[in-house]
Amino acid sequence: MSTTFDKVADIIADTADIPREEITPESHAIDDLGIDSLAFLDIAFAIDKAFGIKLPLEQWTQEVNEGKAPAEEYFVMKNLVARVDELVAAKGAA
Amino acid sequence: MRLEYFEMIDRVVSLDAQDKRIVARSVVPSESPVFEGHFPGHPLVPGVLLTETMAQASGYLVLALMGYTHMPFLMAVDKARFRTFVEPNAVLDVEAALLHEGSGYVGTKARIAVDGKPICDAELRFRIMPFPPGLDDQMRGQAARIGLTELSA
Repeated sequence: MSTTFDKVADIIADTADIPREEITPESHAIDDLGIDSLAFLDIAFAIDKAFGIKLPLEQWTQEVNEGKAPAEEYFVMKNLVARVDELVAAKGAA
Repeated sequence: MRLEYFEMIDRVVSLDAQDKRIVARSVVPSESPVFEGHFPGHPLVPGVLLTETMAQASGYLVLALMGYTHMPFLMAVDKARFRTFVEPNAVLDVEAALLHEGSGYVGTKARIAVDGKPICDAELRFRIMPFPPGLDDQMRGQAARIGLTELSA
């Protein structure tokens, strides 16, 4: 059974045409993988569909832009995966 | 339709806010500069303009559902299929439904039929952004022109 990391990494590799082996838990989606905001919307769509959740991208972007959270908190792969797991758990608890 | 002005929707027939679905109708003009090139002597509506027609129906749906607060900009076209030719004077029945409402984007599924016969369909995605200055009034004007405003009320 694949982990959340594997599923998210596969989605990013497919959607953004990035070699799968370049995507590690420490990869920063923007700084290391070069994913721009439009490509990230494509990725968010694929993640939303795959996990049945709604990534709160607008909220994250606003928090980063206002200096309330570092970009790493949401856009480093291991943290992004943790957020996905939280959203999936919240959906299950609802 | 005024192809050369990208006015692809003539009239909104129905808007269902509950089902998040819109139905519109457009008549392909008998003449257009577009047909001079596509194709000489064999006028056909280009697939890219049928895609734009599906995108505009979807866009008006999103505008109405969001109360004209934000502008949808086409960002992705998936699974587009063009099943038969569309000639001048064809009456297009255009349908679009909201598939997914994400954060900062929405997805729709749209299709066009002529006399009940499927012409084309696609899944579209739109980035949702604040209106560029002045565009909100223009979009409200277009919505009024095609009868969307009265259906949104």
